[in-house]
Amino acid sequence: MAIRSFFVPFLLLVLWFYSSLSPVLSLYEDQVGLMDWHQQYIGKVKQAVFSTQKTGRRRVIVSTEENVIASLDLRHGEIFWRHLLGSNDVIDGIDIGLGKYVITLSSGGSILRSWNLPDGQMVWESFLQGPKHSKSLLLLPKHEIDCINVVQTNLKIEKDNVIVVFSNDRLHAVSCIDGEVLWKKDFETESFETQQVIQPPGSDLIYVVGFAASSQFEMYQINARNGELLKHESAIFSSGFLRELSLVSSETVVALDSTGSILLTISFQNGEISFQQTPISNIVEDSSGPAVIIPSSVPGIFAIKINSVTIFIRVIGKGKLEVVEKLNQETAVSNALPISESQQAFALVQHAGSEIHLVAKLAHDWDANLLKESIKMDQQRGIPHKVFINNYIRTDRSHGFRLLIVMEDHSLLLLQQGAIVWSREDGLASIIDVTASELPVERDGVSVAKVEHNLFEWLKGHMLKLKGTLMLASPEDVAAIQSMRLKSSEKSKMARDHNGFRKLLIVLTRAGKLFALHTGDGHIVWSHLLHKSEACQSPVGLNLYQWQVPHHHALDENPSVLVISRCGPSSDAPGVLSFVDTYTGKELNSLSLDHAVVQVIPLPHTDSTEQRLHLLIDSDKHAHLYPKTSEALGIFKREFSNIYWYSVEDHNSIIKGHALKCKCTGEVADEFCFDARDLWSVVFPSESEKITATVTRKLNEMVHTQAKVMADQDVMYKYISRNLLFVATVAPKGSGEIGSVTPEESWLVAYLIDIVTGRILYRVTHHGAQGPVHAVFSENWVVYHFFNLRAHRYEMSVIEIYDQSRADNKDVWKLVLGKHNLTSRISLFSRPEVITKSQSYFFTHSVKAIAVTSTAKGITSKQLLIGTIGDQVLALDKRFLDPRRSVNPTQAEKEEGIIPLTDSLPIIPQSYVTHALRVEGLRGIITVPAKLESTTLVFAHGVDLFFTQLAPSRTYDSLTEDFSYALLLITIVALVAAIFVTWRLSERKELQDKWR
Amino acid sequence: MASIAPLLLLVLLSTALTISSGSVDGFTINGRVKIPQGMGTKGFVLPGKTSNVKVILNGGQIVTYLRPDGYFSFQNISAGTHLIEVTAIGYFFSPVRVDVSARNPGKVQAALTENRRGLSELVLEPLREEQYFEIREPFSIMNIVKSPMGLMVGFMLVVVFLMPKLVENMDPEEMRRAQEEMRNQGVPSLASLLPGGGRN
Repeated sequence: MAIRSFFVPFLLLVLWFYSSLSPVLSLYEDQVGLMDWHQQYIGKVKQAVFSTQKTGRRRVIVSTEENVIASLDLRHGEIFWRHLLGSNDVIDGIDIGLGKYVITLSSGGSILRSWNLPDGQMVWESFLQGPKHSKSLLLLPKHEIDCINVVQTNLKIEKDNVIVVFSNDRLHAVSCIDGEVLWKKDFETESFETQQVIQPPGSDLIYVVGFAASSQFEMYQINARNGELLKHESAIFSSGFLRELSLVSSETVVALDSTGSILLTISFQNGEISFQQTPISNIVEDSSGPAVIIPSSVPGIFAIKINSVTIFIRVIGKGKLEVVEKLNQETAVSNALPISESQQAFALVQHAGSEIHLVAKLAHDWDANLLKESIKMDQQRGIPHKVFINNYIRTDRSHGFRLLIVMEDHSLLLLQQGAIVWSREDGLASIIDVTASELPVERDGVSVAKVEHNLFEWLKGHMLKLKGTLMLASPEDVAAIQSMRLKSSEKSKMARDHNGFRKLLIVLTRAGKLFALHTGDGHIVWSHLLHKSEACQSPVGLNLYQWQVPHHHALDENPSVLVISRCGPSSDAPGVLSFVDTYTGKELNSLSLDHAVVQVIPLPHTDSTEQRLHLLIDSDKHAHLYPKTSEALGIFKREFSNIYWYSVEDHNSIIKGHALKCKCTGEVADEFCFDARDLWSVVFPSESEKITATVTRKLNEMVHTQAKVMADQDVMYKYISRNLLFVATVAPKGSGEIGSVTPEESWLVAYLIDIVTGRILYRVTHHGAQGPVHAVFSENWVVYHFFNLRAHRYEMSVIEIYDQSRADNKDVWKLVLGKHNLTSRISLFSRPEVITKSQSYFFTHSVKAIAVTSTAKGITSKQLLIGTIGDQVLALDKRFLDPRRSVNPTQAEKEEGIIPLTDSLPIIPQSYVTHALRVEGLRGIITVPAKLESTTLVFAHGVDLFFTQLAPSRTYDSLTEDFSYALLLITIVALVAAIFVTWRLSERKELQDKWR
Repeated sequence: MASIAPLLLLVLLSTALTISSGSVDGFTINGRVKIPQGMGTKGFVLPGKTSNVKVILNGGQIVTYLRPDGYFSFQNISAGTHLIEVTAIGYFFSPVRVDVSARNPGKVQAALTENRRGLSELVLEPLREEQYFEIREPFSIMNIVKSPMGLMVGFMLVVVFLMPKLVENMDPEEMRRAQEEMRNQGVPSLASLLPGGGRN
């Protein structure tokens, strides 16, 4: 599409033409999807409930660890509707009531909501309170299979109506129709911990069982109609319990004693509690180590896990136990599914190499398999974590089963008849780090030939476009144009393009999986699950860094990324480094470190193969150099004294600066390990200031010019240093939510600190302000967003910092005589003469993330990208945040582009880069420069992903998508024709003149 | 461009009761979001489609959804000044400051932060619709003329048809004189353009 630097004067004309049109960048509705893509995810599924009524579409309702409830199409896996609940509103349980409401219990059991099943509209919301926090359980009376017939006798309705919720140490019965609490029941026993709430099918009794103290088992029998306490029994078991119960029938539970070696079968039939003890060693021969109960709900059978062996045990008769199967592989057990009056089915999924084995069994008959299948599974999906079972009636009236499987990489798959019907990559809902990588260089020039080959097609396309612009196109033509633009094969090609629009986005998800997404259309190019090694069973992915970016002399190498992960949840667990080829997704190498990784510093140096040097700081303040080669060490030694970094200690409000001291002393001689010394420290008074935000400039940011020419021909020099740190602190009292503090006792202090010397270059206090603070640092300015309690509005402030020591360079004579100091070395240790300018404006919305556009050379003007509370991304021109704005700018200032000062920043709907879409649960915005200077690539991620291209100063260096080549051709033809005609005319005229 | 559409509706609601001291540990804020029927006809949100409207307290502390009639409520709210934001694709809502006072519960103090308008009851309406896309201008001949190609063609036409006319209208004597002058001066060289040069 874009022909670069073609004819400059013409381009200028275009530029002028566009700039005269409108100052905002925006999109036409039919341009949606041309340069942007949007993907919707839900996250790792916690719980799934099927809704397979005969009427209506088949769906599955899921709740996820991203706190989403969603209704998915069972046929294709698409989202019908979806809601993301607040981060403090964690979902405890979901179910379907009356066949048409989705019931969710959230916020630690305090909020019960009902949603309309077809469209996700909230029907009612009920707040349940209780004396203290406890386990929350949601219980809906189970319906008969396949028959939810609401229009029946009154009695039936009444029974189906009631939702039983145990939460906050209180039992509630809530009406399913309007959320009204029908009755509630408190339990008097001190320290009673409820484990299970059981309602035997078809009965009016509710059993509440749990433990009091450590060794007392309690059982309450309650009338389900009015909450009346019918019976209360308790029994003591001297050696205590592990706090876990498995329900084997409606009147029997299984527990483990506190050592995890004795199984207790507790039955409370007719209100009488009786224990049966069975030592595990009696029924399992070679058992060693304590056992844990795996939660399951299969009648008559429970599962325990000893080390990594899963053992299924059946309860026969009165407390007699029998081992039915021992499985060594990773196994997931499904919920129980009633398939007929007396039969319940469940499923087991086992992982075995490149396959997974599915088995569906009847609860009372272990040996007969209803279903036994093996399915080939992509190894990058890991092991199955969860399985949910659902059945359908085949035409021959036998039962068929579909299984919903959640894998280790958080993906969701539906299996039916031995095949994967659909799969969703829901790991992408929890991205923790993103980096961009180039695509391979095109080898054979295939595409060029293809374009020429299709010249006629190409021309035809442009004729169609021309028709479109001239409004001559018929509806079919319009449709053809639209589809042509959307599919444009160029977009998703697996090779680099001239403009640098096509790249790979390498993303690391919380599940420890790497994905490469193509920027053209967002498809997954490859994915890679981080390998588990002997040393590290569960690596937790932390960060991504560009390890090798072949540029000049190492072009035949593939680029690679460095994945830093940690072996275990604690912050001082040893780190793991993995190097992954970004073209193929193959893991090149993996290193298990013997030290933790607290901080990673990518150094601005590369070795001869263009591997970037990285310094890893461990928890003992040692610095480790990677790659461990002598060449890298040589480069590093040269820069030894120029390496500085800082660390932030949030909890005691200290920022420290560090430098390298010497080789590591002690134990083993490791020449890649260095000791660090503390250079300086900034200690904030902990009673009045608490660090909330620290921001530095992006390492790879390009700044085109240091000078800024003012309207009056004056020059200001930007203070551009990579070593500036923005720190925001708030009063400890004001670090909570809005509304918890008065303006008088809350303030915000912003600092600019030089991280080499620890010198505070600027400090400003905003009284009556409160966090959360979101900030972005670029070039010589920082913009931060906070809450102003006095005005009760959000505010955005800008600080610009200028270098005064160069101000006298303006003199031309000094420049000519060489007395200027432009080329003199700058030492950060000399006191910089800086001046700062700042200004504040109101901003309407809460903000979730702020980023700034970045371009290849830094010439193009900047835009702030603000992720608003509504999960949209707003592009705001930096010119609106210019401290030189004044109420009445002079004519000269106006010409320079200074906008008259207003008290609040404008929100122009057309400048939402996400237009009419939402990036649900927005967490981060990443900008990547394209090769074309005018354009930047924007990637926003949260539960959803959104990608687009932005041209903050419009595409001044390329022709737009809309450019009509046909019109250009017609013009040229017309001009040529005119030349001929006029030539003829003039010839004739000359002839006439000569005759005269 | 989204224009500020007049809010046509009449608030017929009798009691949108707002703040009540519900239980032991905090207050309750009840309110209602109204999206007028007149709005949203040309937007992206179907009128009455409220299932994707979120009401957010204090920048994300609590997020809630609307009931079919547009009501929402926040429970367990501490006394103090709070901020409520409404997010709905296609509409611009002003954040609202709500004062929950411990002294006289039940009294509502709410104001839009954008224009400082006080609210007697907590009924939140969009300030305006948001149009996220540019409207394509209908085809007009002026657009073609104003486009770079149009300008090229136009300039060419001027040169071809008007210039000869101008030349024709000149007096032949004058023409000859002008031509002679040109010949005498020769082709203007770069040197003659520079100041001080061309005088030799």
